[in-house]
Amino acid sequence: MTLDTPELDTVLYHKPEALEDYPFHFCPGCGHGIVFRLIAEVIDELKIKERAVCVASIGCTVTSYHYFNFDGLESAHGRAPAVATAIKRCRPNLVPFTYQGDGDLAAIGTAEIVHACARGENITTIFANNAIYGMTGGQMAPTTLLGMYSTSTPGGRQPSRAGYPIRVCEMLSTLDGPAYVARVSVHNPAAVRKAKQAIKLAFRAQLANLGMSLVEVLSPCPTNWRVEPVKAMDWLVEHLLPQYPLGEYKVIPAVADLKKESRRA
Amino acid sequence: MEAPQHSGSSYIVIDAERCKGCHLCVSVCPKGIIAPASYTNQKGYILAEVIAAKAQECTGCTACALICPDAAISVYRHSRVLSPAAR
Amino acid sequence: MPKKILMAGNIAIAEGAILAGCQAYFGYPITPQNELLEHMAKRMPEEGRVFVQTESELAAISMLYGAAAAGCRAMTSTSSPGFSLQQEGISYMAGAELPAVLVNVMRGGPGLGNIGGAQGDYFQATKGGGHGDYRLINLAPASAQEMMDLTMLAFELADKYRNPVVLLTDGFLGQAMEPVIIRQPVTELPDKPWAITGAAGRPKNVINSFEMEPANFQPRVSLLLQKFERIKQNEVRYQGIHLDDASLVIVAYGSASRSALTALKMARQKGLRVGLLRPITLFPFPYQILADLAQKVSDFLVAELSSGQFIEDVKLAVGLDKRVELASQYGGVPLAPETILETIERMSKVTIGR
Repeated sequence: MTLDTPELDTVLYHKPEALEDYPFHFCPGCGHGIVFRLIAEVIDELKIKERAVCVASIGCTVTSYHYFNFDGLESAHGRAPAVATAIKRCRPNLVPFTYQGDGDLAAIGTAEIVHACARGENITTIFANNAIYGMTGGQMAPTTLLGMYSTSTPGGRQPSRAGYPIRVCEMLSTLDGPAYVARVSVHNPAAVRKAKQAIKLAFRAQLANLGMSLVEVLSPCPTNWRVEPVKAMDWLVEHLLPQYPLGEYKVIPAVADLKKESRRA
Repeated sequence: MEAPQHSGSSYIVIDAERCKGCHLCVSVCPKGIIAPASYTNQKGYILAEVIAAKAQECTGCTACALICPDAAISVYRHSRVLSPAAR
Repeated sequence: MPKKILMAGNIAIAEGAILAGCQAYFGYPITPQNELLEHMAKRMPEEGRVFVQTESELAAISMLYGAAAAGCRAMTSTSSPGFSLQQEGISYMAGAELPAVLVNVMRGGPGLGNIGGAQGDYFQATKGGGHGDYRLINLAPASAQEMMDLTMLAFELADKYRNPVVLLTDGFLGQAMEPVIIRQPVTELPDKPWAITGAAGRPKNVINSFEMEPANFQPRVSLLLQKFERIKQNEVRYQGIHLDDASLVIVAYGSASRSALTALKMARQKGLRVGLLRPITLFPFPYQILADLAQKVSDFLVAELSSGQFIEDVKLAVGLDKRVELASQYGGVPLAPETILETIERMSKVTIGR
C-alpha cells in the first residue's frame, strides 16, 4: 500500500501554469491539446507569461486564448501572421505567437504567412498540420494527401480536381526571412519531446530577435480521419510522415548557436 | 513483494474531469500498467486508470503525461521510502 | 496669422495622422492614394513609428486590427477596390470594439473602374459593407484643410467610441493642392487598459468578437447598438450656407459640395435664393437639420458623384412629399457646377411664385 501524498512528493510532470484550469473542448485524442500543453510548458520555462500573446486563428483552436492564462486575441481566418506582425512591431517587448491549422495557414492565409516570413517578422508561428479541416467537419485541406478521403473529396483526393498537397516547411525555408523552420510530430512520447524542443527553440529565436520562427506539427485528428485515437497515431506515422518528412528545414547560424547553448545549459 | 529498484517508486494521477478516454496513455506506457477503467467521468468518457496490482511498476518515465492531449496526467515520485506496511 | 502650406489632400491626411499621434500605418499601393502611403513611408520612420507596406489590403486591415488591439493609434489608407477587400476585417474590428482610422480615397467603380474621383462607395462605407449589425462613423472632408482636421477628429472619435472611423474622401480631393494650416500635435493619448500589452500585474486581456452561444452574443451586439445611438445623438456635424432665406437647398458632401458651392454662387448672382447643406458626418447622418429645413423649403437638389446613393438618405430626412432631384456624375467623371446650375434653373422655373 503506497501512501499517495502529492504535496510531499517530487513532481515529475504536472499541467503547466500557463494553461487555464478548465478542460480542452477538443475531441478525444486530438493533437491540438498536446501542442497547447507544449506551448504552455515552454512559456512557463522561458518565464514569458507576462509578455506572451496568443494570436488565435480560425479552426478548432479558434478559442485558444481561453486556454492560456496570458493575453490573447482572435484574428480573421488566415490573417494571424499579419495581426502578430503589427503587435510585435507596435510592442516589441511582447512575444506574440500564432497558432494556426492547415486551412488557416496553407489555404486562405498563404499570402500572410509567406510575407510574414519574407519580411522576417520577429514572431513565432505554431502550425498544426492534420491534413483535414476539423472545425467544419472534415473537408479537404491544402495538406490533405492524394487519395485521402475527406467530405469534399468523397472518392479520395484526385490531383486533376483538387491539386496536390502543400509542403509548407519546404516552401517557406526557401525564403531569407525565417530564422528557424522545422517540422515535428506528436505521434509518440519521443516525438512529443522533440516537438517541445523545436517549439522552445522557436520562441528563443524570437526572444533573441533573430527573425521569423515556424514549427509545423503533424497532429492527429481522430474524428475526421474516422480512426480512433490510438490507431490515428499509427495512421499518422504510416501516411503523414512519408509526405511530410520531419526535420529542421532552416536553421540560421545564430539559431544553431542557441541550440548549442541549450545543450550545455 | 520484491523491493522497488530505487528508494521511492512513482505514481500518476489522472484528472478524471480532464480525461476524455482516448487511451493514448494506455498505448504508450512502457510497463503497460494503465488500462481502460470500468467507469466513466461526468461527460461519459471511459477513463484510463492504473492497474492497482501493477502500480509498483511505474518508473515515473512520464510517457503517459507527454502523450496526453488533455494535460490530465500528473506524475510524482515518492519522496521517502514506502511506509513499513507496504514493504 | 498661422502658417499655411500648399499641400495635396493625401499629404494633409498623412500629416494629420502624425499630428494625431498615429503610431502605426499599414498600407498597400492603389491609385489615387499612393502619395499618402509614400509620405508615410518617409515620415513614420522619421518619427520612430511603425510603417509597413503590406502584401494586400487584407494584410493591411489585419495589421490595423493587431495594432489597435495592442492599444496603439493606427491607420490604413486605400481606394475603393482595396476598401472592398477590407470589409471583413472592418466587421471584425467593429465586433471586437477596436478603434482605428480607415481612409478611403474613392475612385470610379464598380469593378476595376478607373482612377477618377467618385463617391460610389457611399452605401458600402456608411451602411456597413461587411457582415453583421455594425455601423462606422464616416467623416467627409471637402478641402485639404478638412483632410487634415477630420483625420485628427477621426482618431479622437475612434478612441472615444472604440469603433473604426472612415475618412470618406475621393481622388479629386486627394490630389488637389490647397493651403493648409498645420494644427498643433496631440500630446495626450487616452490610456487603454483593455489593450493587449502583456498580462503583467493584471489579469489577462482577451480581444475577440466570437461567442458560440447566440444568447450570449446578442447582448454584446446590443452594447454596440447603444453605442451607435450615442454617436447619433452626439456626433452629427454639417455646414450650412445661405440656408436662412433659401427656397431651394442643395445637399452635397465632399468634392461634390465644392461644385455645388460654385453653382450656388452663380445662382445667387441670378437672384435665385439657393442654399447648401453639406453633411460632414455621413454616419451619423444629419437627418434632423434636413427635416427642419423641410418645414420651410420644399425643393431639394442632391449633388453627388454616384448614381443616387446619397440621395436616399436625403429623401429619408425630408420626406416623400418634398421634391428631391439629382444632379450627378459617376464612374470617375467630375460634376461641373454648370450641370448643377441647369437643374437649379429648371427646378426654379417650375416653382416660380410658390
